[in-house]
Amino acid sequence: MNEYLLQQVINALSAGSLYALMAVGLALIFGILRLINFAHGDVMMVAAYIGVFSLASGMPLPVAIATMILGTIVVGLLIERVAYRPLRGAPEVALLLTSFAVGQILQNGVLLLTRLSGRPIQIAFPAPDVLSGVVNVGTLTISKVNLGSFIVGVVVLVLLTTFVSRTRLGLSMHAAAEDLDAARLMGIRINFVVAAAFAIAAALAAIAGFFYAAQTGQINPYMGFTPVLKAFIAAVIGGFGSLAGAVLGAYVLAFLEVLPTALFGIADIIPAGSIPPELHDFLAAAFPAHLSGYRDAFVFVVLIIILLFRPNGLLGGRTREETP
Amino acid sequence: MSLSPRVRDGSVLLTGLVVALVALQLSGLAFWEGLAITLAIFIVLTVSLNLANGFTGVFTLGQIGFMALGAYISAILTLPQQAKSAFLPDLPGWLAGISLDQTIGWLPVGWIAATLIAALLVSGIAALVGAVLMRLSGPFVSVATLGFLVIVRVVLLNADTLTRGSRAFSNVTRYTDLWLAFGAAVLTVYVVWRIKRSSYGRAMFAQRGDRWAANSVGVSVLRPRLHAFVISAFFTAVAGSLYAHFLGSFSPNAFYFDTTFQVVTMLVVGGMGSVSGSVIGATVMLGLGEALRRIEDPTQLYGIGGIIIASVLIAVLIFRPAGIMGQREISLDRLFAPRRRDRDAERRGEG
Repeated sequence: MNEYLLQQVINALSAGSLYALMAVGLALIFGILRLINFAHGDVMMVAAYIGVFSLASGMPLPVAIATMILGTIVVGLLIERVAYRPLRGAPEVALLLTSFAVGQILQNGVLLLTRLSGRPIQIAFPAPDVLSGVVNVGTLTISKVNLGSFIVGVVVLVLLTTFVSRTRLGLSMHAAAEDLDAARLMGIRINFVVAAAFAIAAALAAIAGFFYAAQTGQINPYMGFTPVLKAFIAAVIGGFGSLAGAVLGAYVLAFLEVLPTALFGIADIIPAGSIPPELHDFLAAAFPAHLSGYRDAFVFVVLIIILLFRPNGLLGGRTREETP
Repeated sequence: MSLSPRVRDGSVLLTGLVVALVALQLSGLAFWEGLAITLAIFIVLTVSLNLANGFTGVFTLGQIGFMALGAYISAILTLPQQAKSAFLPDLPGWLAGISLDQTIGWLPVGWIAATLIAALLVSGIAALVGAVLMRLSGPFVSVATLGFLVIVRVVLLNADTLTRGSRAFSNVTRYTDLWLAFGAAVLTVYVVWRIKRSSYGRAMFAQRGDRWAANSVGVSVLRPRLHAFVISAFFTAVAGSLYAHFLGSFSPNAFYFDTTFQVVTMLVVGGMGSVSGSVIGATVMLGLGEALRRIEDPTQLYGIGGIIIASVLIAVLIFRPAGIMGQREISLDRLFAPRRRDRDAERRGEG
């Protein structure tokens, strides 16, 4: 029973790290441009494809990962230059629609290239040796992918926080997020700062994409949709625009998601006799196993509730214009 | 006898449409008939999305969820009795007994009743959802309504006893023909156009333009948004019923993000706030999509169509953010005898 719960905690920590990597990228860009970059999930998908092809071409793992990160940064910069820069200052909804269109272009572009090269739509992503298998800690069994994504996620997020609060470029990003025009008047090169934000977001998406693909074991052009929705929810929970909030939101979301999975069907897991039969019957009736399929619906209901009652997220963040 | 320009334009367009539909039906070209029905359904979807999004400026992305509910509810209601017991054996008893498959002459009255019931139920759901979500603004309302779309999909996938889950929902009688589809399209265009010209419509546009100013002169922000959202959901559900009884077989995938993106593109290209713009946008983008599909098959360049359509959307957003029509409407006077003054005002900058 305790092991089962611990297992769920570990799953949540691992998923939370991936959500955090994605959510921070969304929050970074939203903070500066007021753009909800829905194409972020598709950037992650492109990263996974670059990773697969780099590994398949026989590159050693570190080289393949470097190629994947650099390639994704190039894609991120290209998107910013071609699609988003001409629309800077446009209404937020126009920016959101543009990011949908960019996402469609990335999906269909990858579809086109895989079909042209004669590959199937669904491609296997073989986890590298370092990440395959499990680690045994006491009686717990933790998959190496989960452990890896948790550790790498935390390390990367710590590095990012240091970068944003300690370096000149990081402080410029802060300034641009605070007030784009004032930052420009202070002599900050906005185009450079925005490009840097897109590069960082792309690099984080690449890392998340690598672990996400390693977890699921296969990739397809549409794999980015769910992660970007989850990252969006995480950013909303944390208050859009705040990086620390996005990270917190990601872990909160991951635990929220584990909750219904752990709760529904809990009666089947508890050994008979360990709790009073009345309690067992109550749990079985209140949390029937067949409802666990509604997990994603549950998560979105939480999103809507948070948007209504705490529109600035758990940590606050910038005040938003309120509806009168 | 002199008619007002509105009545005259309306009758000219309606007569033209009827002549075209009769010609199409007599020609017996099944492919073009199918395409025309699809077009009529997308006109209903785009015009009602325009009511919810273009008129109010609240950019919702969950309308296709209402289409899905309209499709499933109406299809469950019209399923013939013997198909029902074999196909959906676990339906609750009261629902299993209902089969709205009656016809009077050529008119499928059962389907019409089922569609109305579905559309009213969906409007009720929209009123509940809208009362909550219409309080949000900007991109947040977009993503929250996208969340609603995901919730509908999760429910459809999991409520197997009603929907068969991810398996195809088939055996649906194909009631939808040219006349029902275009009847619904004309009705939607008419109602939404009348709303635009009414005080309700002006309240919607007023709070879109400046909600603080609108609020200060006594125009509520929430109420016009909610009206638009609920009426839009009604027609979107009708489109769902038309689509279900046109395809005959469908699954939750037919009502998800791809369709949402398709209709949003039609709306933006046509012009948010213009009813005739939505009709034009739906026609242009459906035509373009169909033409691109014919290029994809022989060349094996699968995906090129999606790339081109998304690029068109980005180009419109960058170079002509108001779309083809902006908020204006087509008037035959201006179309055939453009006055110098109007033309200059409209084509400023084009030479």
